Order: sequence, then C-alpha cells, then structure tokens
Amino acid sequence: MSSTYIVYGAILLIAIVQVVVAITMGPSLWRMLLLAAIQAYLAVMFFMHLRDEKPSLRLALIPGTLFVLVMMNMIWADSFRLAVMKPFAK
Amino acid sequence: MSQVDLAMEAVGTHTPEAHGAVMEERPFAIPSGKLVMWLFIISDACTFGALLFAYGYIRNSAADWPKVFESASIWNSLLMTFILVSTSLTVLFAVKAAQNEDRAGAFRWTMITAAGGVLFTLLHIREWMSLIRQGAGLLQNPWGAPMFGAAFFSITGLHMAHVIGGVIALTVVGLSYRAGRYATRHIEIWALYWHFVDLVWMFVVPLVYLLNMKR
Repeated sequence: MSSTYIVYGAILLIAIVQVVVAITMGPSLWRMLLLAAIQAYLAVMFFMHLRDEKPSLRLALIPGTLFVLVMMNMIWADSFRLAVMKPFAK
Repeated sequence: MSQVDLAMEAVGTHTPEAHGAVMEERPFAIPSGKLVMWLFIISDACTFGALLFAYGYIRNSAADWPKVFESASIWNSLLMTFILVSTSLTVLFAVKAAQNEDRAGAFRWTMITAAGGVLFTLLHIREWMSLIRQGAGLLQNPWGAPMFGAAFFSITGLHMAHVIGGVIALTVVGLSYRAGRYATRHIEIWALYWHFVDLVWMFVVPLVYLLNMKR
C-alpha cells in the first residue's frame, strides 16, 4: 500500500508540474503529452495493477491499443493541408 | 444436458476439482468479468483517442483557434484533478477493504469515491456554465473558430458522462456488496473502470485546458 501513496503523490505532483510548465514555459504539446503519458503509465501499472497481471494480458492489451492510437496520426497530413495549403496546392 | 455436465458425469462427480479437470484454464488468470472490463477500457481508450485526435485536427487547421481559459479555469481544472486522483485512492481503499471481507469499510470507501465523483461533476458543470454565460455554445463562441465549443463540450461532456455513469455504478455495486449480493470481484472490476475515468482526465486537462490557456 505504501507504493500506492507514492504513486498518488507522484501523479498529483506531475499535474502541478504540468500547470507550472504551461504557465512559465508555455503549453508545448510534446511537454504536456510526455507528462500525461507518465501519469497514465503510473495509473495503469500501479492503480489498475496491470504490472501484477500475467505478461500475456499486458501483451494482449497494450500493443493493440497503442497501434490503433498511432495509426490515428495519419490525420495530420490533411489537417496541415487545410492549415497551410488552402484551397489546394497547384 | 450440456457438454460440461456430460464431461463431469464421465469423470464421475460434480466436485470443483472434477469441474477444473474438464474446463480450460483462464487464458489470463483473471475472472471473465475483469477481462471484459479491460476490453471495454481499451475500446473506450480508442474512442477518447479518436475524439482527441479529431479535436487536434480541427484545432491545427483553424487559423483563429481561441485561447480562452484564464487562471481561474486552470486552477479549477487542477482542483478537479486533485479530486479525481484522490477518488482513485479511495476506490483502492474500497478494494482493499473488500479483499479483507470488511463489507462496511468497502461500502464506506465506495460511497466516498462516488461522492468525489459528484463533487467533480458539480465543478465541471460550474465550468460549463461559466463558458455558456460568456456566449460559448456547441457551434458558436465570441472568441474565434466556431468549432471550439463542439470540441470542448463533446470531449468534456463524454468524460462527464463516464463520471456520472461511474458514480451510479459504484453506488449500485457498493449497496449490493453491503447487502451480500455482490462479491469482492465486482468492487475490483468497477474500481478498474473508475481508474480509467481518472486516466482519461490526465489527457483532457493538458490537451484541452492547458493548450488553450490565455497567456
């Protein structure tokens, strides 16, 4: 249970760091995403106890989800086209 | 008579050992209900992922995306984070109590978690009302790109719906567990869901609030 308190404190600390970084250095997407990913990792592994489950469960859940989320990045090409090449490049 | 009954009759008894002898092992060594919750969680993670990517798409392609959140909204979102992360801790206490067969303790911690969810929802509604009073709606706002409202209200609204659903589920499960109708695993399964709701909020705050902060 002691690791639970440490993880709880760490997640809250990262949330505060996020706000401080956003105010002082500007809310960079990559900085925000990196900090959120660390929070998510701690929550999944320690609060949801995925680290205590069989490795086969981790393998069944994590790579597939990450694959879907990475594949969603294909939208950016069209998003940038709208932003900088409007109406269309000749 | 089912295949399993026939097989157990062939073994000659209906004891748990005989049952185990004819049933396959669970592939991930977790109850089927927990596996179903994990599968729901990954599908829901993809749903929220798609919403956040759609938000990123329109935000990136809009020339006049508004940055509307003042420091009061940012501190409010930090308070909401504190409440939600704290309820993740209280739901863990509920699971621990349930594993120790402490039904009263598990019920108490489950209800504290649900109360935290209600408080979170009230703070969220206050934030919504503040934006609505300033003229923000689903398809218009006084600051810039009209899709800002659609993105903000759909992402935070879906998350709020999950919180409200979680509050209802935790209340039902807590009451039923105290009455002896539900087992420890039911508390564990809904605790997983509650952690997921917390996890989604960890991405909503930086991507929706902090990136749209007024500087």
